[in-house]
Amino acid sequence: MGRIEMLERIRSDFWYELLNSPVTLASAIVIALMVIGCSFAPVFAPHTPFDPATISILDNNLPPAWAAGGDPRFLFGTDLQGRDVLSAMLYGGRISLLVGIGAVALSVVIGMTVGLLAGYFGRMTDTVLMRVAEIQFAFPPILIALLFNGILKASLPADVFAQAAVPIMILAIGLAGWVQFARIVRASAMVQRNQDYVTACHAIGLPTPTIILRHITPNILGPVLVLAMLQIAVAIVTEATLSFLGLGTPLTEPSLGALIQIGSQYLFSGIWWVVIFPGVMLLVMVVAFNLVADWVRDYLNPRLR
Amino acid sequence: MTDILCKTKDLKITFPHRLGDFTAVHGFDMEVRRGEIVGLIGESGAGKSTIGNAIMGLLSHPGKVSGGRIDLEGQNLIDLTGAAMARLRGRRIGMIFQDPMTSLNPLMTVGDQLAESIALLQDLPMAQARQMAADRLDAVGIPDAVERMGQYPHEFSGGMRQRVVIALAMAGNPDLLIADEPTTALDVSVQKQVLDLIRSICVERSLGVILVTHDMGVIAETADRVYVMRHGRLVETGPTGQVIHAPSQQYTRDLIASIPSIESREERFRNPVKRTGEIDQWLLEGHRHEGTDDYVTASALTKDFATRKKTFWGTSGSFRAVDIPGLSIARGEVLGLVGESGSGKSTLGRMMIGLVQPSSGNVHYSDHGPLAEVRSRAARKALRRDVQVVFQDPYSSLNSRMRVDHILAEPIRFHGLAERADIPRLVGALLERVGLPPDTGRKFPHQFSGGQRQRICIARALSVRPRFLLCDEPTSALDVSIQAEMLALLMELRRSLGLTMLFVSHDLAVVRQVSDRVAVMKQGKIVECQDAEPLFDAPRNDYTRMLLDTAPRASGHKEANNLRSGI
Repeated sequence: MGRIEMLERIRSDFWYELLNSPVTLASAIVIALMVIGCSFAPVFAPHTPFDPATISILDNNLPPAWAAGGDPRFLFGTDLQGRDVLSAMLYGGRISLLVGIGAVALSVVIGMTVGLLAGYFGRMTDTVLMRVAEIQFAFPPILIALLFNGILKASLPADVFAQAAVPIMILAIGLAGWVQFARIVRASAMVQRNQDYVTACHAIGLPTPTIILRHITPNILGPVLVLAMLQIAVAIVTEATLSFLGLGTPLTEPSLGALIQIGSQYLFSGIWWVVIFPGVMLLVMVVAFNLVADWVRDYLNPRLR
Repeated sequence: MTDILCKTKDLKITFPHRLGDFTAVHGFDMEVRRGEIVGLIGESGAGKSTIGNAIMGLLSHPGKVSGGRIDLEGQNLIDLTGAAMARLRGRRIGMIFQDPMTSLNPLMTVGDQLAESIALLQDLPMAQARQMAADRLDAVGIPDAVERMGQYPHEFSGGMRQRVVIALAMAGNPDLLIADEPTTALDVSVQKQVLDLIRSICVERSLGVILVTHDMGVIAETADRVYVMRHGRLVETGPTGQVIHAPSQQYTRDLIASIPSIESREERFRNPVKRTGEIDQWLLEGHRHEGTDDYVTASALTKDFATRKKTFWGTSGSFRAVDIPGLSIARGEVLGLVGESGSGKSTLGRMMIGLVQPSSGNVHYSDHGPLAEVRSRAARKALRRDVQVVFQDPYSSLNSRMRVDHILAEPIRFHGLAERADIPRLVGALLERVGLPPDTGRKFPHQFSGGQRQRICIARALSVRPRFLLCDEPTSALDVSIQAEMLALLMELRRSLGLTMLFVSHDLAVVRQVSDRVAVMKQGKIVECQDAEPLFDAPRNDYTRMLLDTAPRASGHKEANNLRSGI
């Protein structure tokens, strides 16, 4: 059965459009593999990279398995301490994804709440909330995350900060990113508020929270979904930036950004694999999220097709 | 005259789709002669606009002509390349679109747009083109053409804008003019003037005109011959008078019969809905609505909207949309509210049901007291239960993310009108009551047609067992044949349930069919309000008379013919 016939047998538009776009399909598969691989890192990783008992300093600085002097046990080679790079990438990717998705979830919650209130009620509520949002928008998100992170780092005891590194990253990046969600939700809510179905809700006498949550919210989720996917990529990069600057995850629990930072110190001593492989993984992850988000946007808006 | 200008032969147009091709037009034959207006009529989806677009070579992707030919004075347009076709557009074939706002560039002055087209199409220097543009604007009936050349489209009224579009379509002196619903977006009083203009251009320049419309009244007043289409096929063709007065096909007869008449009130609406006793009992439960006193009274009601006049300190200035001394509706009465767009009729309607706050004045319900004093939660809830609304646009008035049964169950549950366990059965019965299969509740709104959606909207309004129903242009977005069904349903519900109704519409014929009493609005004021029969038969007010005179009517053809033979 040819590809065309196969496509013609699919009745669902979603699967048809997805299967008809090889780039998106590949990106979705990449994301799925990364999410599964990283979520179950302890299962899939060939080694436990951060357990001193299982690593041997004798294995340090081994090149990738296919290069001269490589060891088949370490596919992407090992770093200075003899840790397996592939395993470190999977564990690090887990932190990156967790921070990315967690931060965006926080942004969505704050942004949707603010946007719905501002867009639905308008007038003073709108003015006050959106001015606050605009003030925050005037500062680069990375700066806000840096500030937030820096303040917590200075005010919390070192061991507490190290333990709570991941939640703190989520909080810092999530608080920095909600404004975009608030804006797009506000604009959609203002449109929906004037639709006849909302007026019909008023005519029936439904209370305002019911109208907002049951009727308006489901109708604005499309653009939020698209923005969320794009923002996951941005959040992952922000986290990597913070970690690269040494403000993120501790070295005992390095994310992709921290791995790149560690590796970058040895790049010019010929030990390229320690930085290149985590770097490529970060790149692929970000690009894949962007491509899928673009496709979702087109899918939800048939006029752009 | 045997001078055939344009001819389609066995024209077939298909839109390929992965689940099978959709054939929009199946073998269509048509002839247009010079100096005649050919009407192309059908319901939405009949393929009439598709034919117009195919002649222009402007079929929307992925549509294509899959058979037959289109001849323009012996030249088959289908064989032409894109570039050759582009040279014909404007020079040989001109087009007038429905919406005069979107067919003009809002950022260019009217004079520049017209002069640019003339310069391009007639290959003239710009100065000469500007001179000609002024003449052309004058010719389509725009006063002070030279001054108005420097204005932007938004500074023109709807009718004037459509005149500009006509001048634009004529810029290249085409032989064939395709007018796609040219008057649908216009008020009735302006419609007639625009149609008259098209006809006079057709006669003077001996053009062929294809008039695409869904409105039999427009055809009757303007077209010489008519082609009736349905589902992409030709149903019937002939001289307009013959098709209207002696249609040979059942579909044409149905189409004509379903047009509400402005001349008389008829009790002929067929109503296919079966009465189901149990649901009517539920709808009337504890809710008898009897007596003849005034149910709702508005007194000294006004509504001001802030205009967007920006000053340094913010917006200022206001516009009085509604200003009426008083209006009342008796129990069980249907009051028709007529007016052109912008007359404030919708705003007044919404104030009467408490959805829009008046700027001053009051609305008083005999069952609930003055609206301004309905403040407590319980009182508000009781009022909302009694007063409901059906909107014009059946697409935006249903939440597209909710299943239909949930849409209908929500008000019943919220107002506690039935035991939880009974609600699914009630929802089914409600759907059946408005003429839909009771098990369709599991579908989403987009799976229904416009008419079916409007039935769902009516069911939703009924679900709280209201006494008073505001119908805000409930049939304007629907095809004529469905309009009649919808009116029949509303009238039958009104009789069975004793509903009081405020029926807002711009369509005089529709209002005549349903109303006991009619109020005519103009610029926020009620100019005439009296019983329907005397108002339509002997209007007292000049404005009412003008509205009645300009409304297109299906039986007006004979008069139009006489008029033309006199030219």
